[in-house]
Amino acid sequence: MATHTLTRAPRTLTRRTHKPGENPWALGRIVAFAVLAVMAALWLVPFAWAILTSLKSETDAGASELQLSPPDGFSLDAYRKVLAAGNIPAWALNSLLTSVAITLVTVATAALAGYAFSRINFAGRRWLYAAIIGAIIIPPQVLIVPLFYEMLAFGLVDTYWGIILPQAFAPAMVLILKRFFDQIPIELEEAARVDGASRVRVFASIVLPLSRPILAAVAIFVFIGAWNNFLWPFIVTTDADLMTLPVGLATVKSAYGLQYAQNMATSILAALPLVLVFLFFQRQIIKGIATTGFGGQ
Amino acid sequence: MSSSVVIDRKRSKVRQPREVSAKSRETLTGWSFAAPFTVLFVLFLVGPAIYGLYLSFTGRSLTGANGELIGLANYAEALKDPDMWKSLGNTAWFTVLSTIPLVIVPLALALLVNLGLPGQWLWRLSFFMPYLLASTVVVLFWAWMYNPKLGMINGVLTQFGFEPVAWLQDPKVAMLSVVLTTVWWTIGFNFLLYLAALQNIPDQQFEAAALDGAGKWRQLFSIVIPQLAPTTALIVMLQLLASLKVFDQIYLLTNGGPAGTTRPIVQYIYETGFTGYRFGYSSAISYLFFAIIVVVSLLQFRLTFRKGDR
Repeated sequence: MATHTLTRAPRTLTRRTHKPGENPWALGRIVAFAVLAVMAALWLVPFAWAILTSLKSETDAGASELQLSPPDGFSLDAYRKVLAAGNIPAWALNSLLTSVAITLVTVATAALAGYAFSRINFAGRRWLYAAIIGAIIIPPQVLIVPLFYEMLAFGLVDTYWGIILPQAFAPAMVLILKRFFDQIPIELEEAARVDGASRVRVFASIVLPLSRPILAAVAIFVFIGAWNNFLWPFIVTTDADLMTLPVGLATVKSAYGLQYAQNMATSILAALPLVLVFLFFQRQIIKGIATTGFGGQ
Repeated sequence: MSSSVVIDRKRSKVRQPREVSAKSRETLTGWSFAAPFTVLFVLFLVGPAIYGLYLSFTGRSLTGANGELIGLANYAEALKDPDMWKSLGNTAWFTVLSTIPLVIVPLALALLVNLGLPGQWLWRLSFFMPYLLASTVVVLFWAWMYNPKLGMINGVLTQFGFEPVAWLQDPKVAMLSVVLTTVWWTIGFNFLLYLAALQNIPDQQFEAAALDGAGKWRQLFSIVIPQLAPTTALIVMLQLLASLKVFDQIYLLTNGGPAGTTRPIVQYIYETGFTGYRFGYSSAISYLFFAIIVVVSLLQFRLTFRKGDR
């Protein structure tokens, strides 16, 4: 079964072809293919069922027997209704604004801090770094109460900043970036330093350009995490105009009640942006997970 | 000769303050690089953590009433609170039920995909796509699939002559339904970690094993699985931490029901804080839960190190 673990492993997660002279359709491979196909089908069923429902009329969607081709035919009515009536475009915009801000701030602050820990020998570096590493195991969920209290005191409840700031830093990303910077040969920087370049200059024109792939990976993770985060935006927003997509969707479910086609159209619309992001950045995302081992959630 | 001594002295006099200033300049530069992160870190993590610890010793509520220190009373109450223990038990049960399949299934899928069968992009997309969805979207999908009358799962079951199941309403099945949804949703991340690790195993090892006459299954158990041990340790650790923190999908799918059988500890923390308005008590439970997380992390670390994996 494990035939093709024998072939040369490319570093990137790209397709691997069979060894020359080996029968690519040996029985083991056919069985493996069948098992994989069944599993993939199981994983795709919820998407298929949601898309199918979203293309039905409400009457057909509410029919109790399984029907693959609805009597009323397929239509885009549910999508039209959702887009016309709902707050979805506004929520999507809120999600986009806050997620982009969270991503930019997180990547910028983590890169600067990671560089300081990697290259600059400053007093207090050790204990600060130890504190940050220790913080990785603190689940943000246990801090929601004092954090909410703090937001009340700062007057940030129901504001964009209230959504953004508590999510705009990531100890794990500092660790990942520091480890990456550690691997950059120090000679590259020393030459520039001897020529009189400042730290900022070295960081901006030597280190950052070399770190583009890891910065992209970190940015994508942070973005996915921020876009999908539910608990914090749910706690800090009560105003429907400020809700992010995940929080807004949680209210839609009850608001639409029994309108199943509209419910499914809503979730398809909400899922679309990140699926598109994945299709475009598939390689960076996969490589990023492979090399850093950290993600959102 | 004497002149050179003088010069040396002068030099050392000049050098001394220069070195000090270079060092303090490094410190200044270092801190200014670390400052933006550190400010956010202190304001939104260290600050709340300390404030939460303080709150846990008070009787604070939303109105700020009864905010005086009450010592360990909150902790004592929590330890006697059956709802706290029940939600903690639910969390532990969910963690056991979800961690096992979320380590084994992605390993099996990664091994299959790693065989190099045609359709690589489709396999990766199928197993990874759910990971990109927001919890609310996942729940909209699955609440619809689990719908007792109209849902597709019962639709299929009844077609084959089985009795319909109340997936989210039956106390015996609800937690399993939540776990099933979670496995579907989050498998992609562990799957990709395993896939990456598999592709980093050097080929020579297989060639050597094949020369020694080891069959494919033997290679799987003597080379592949041991080589994957560090990845497995990482996945188990990340998965334990993620499962212990479960909230979103349970809150949205069952709201902790039926009869509190799926309510996790994070939901209990949320409810005592934000619907019961008992901020002090909620903070105390947070800290008890945090202590458990620390213990689990340390145990996991110990086990991993003893194996000598990492």
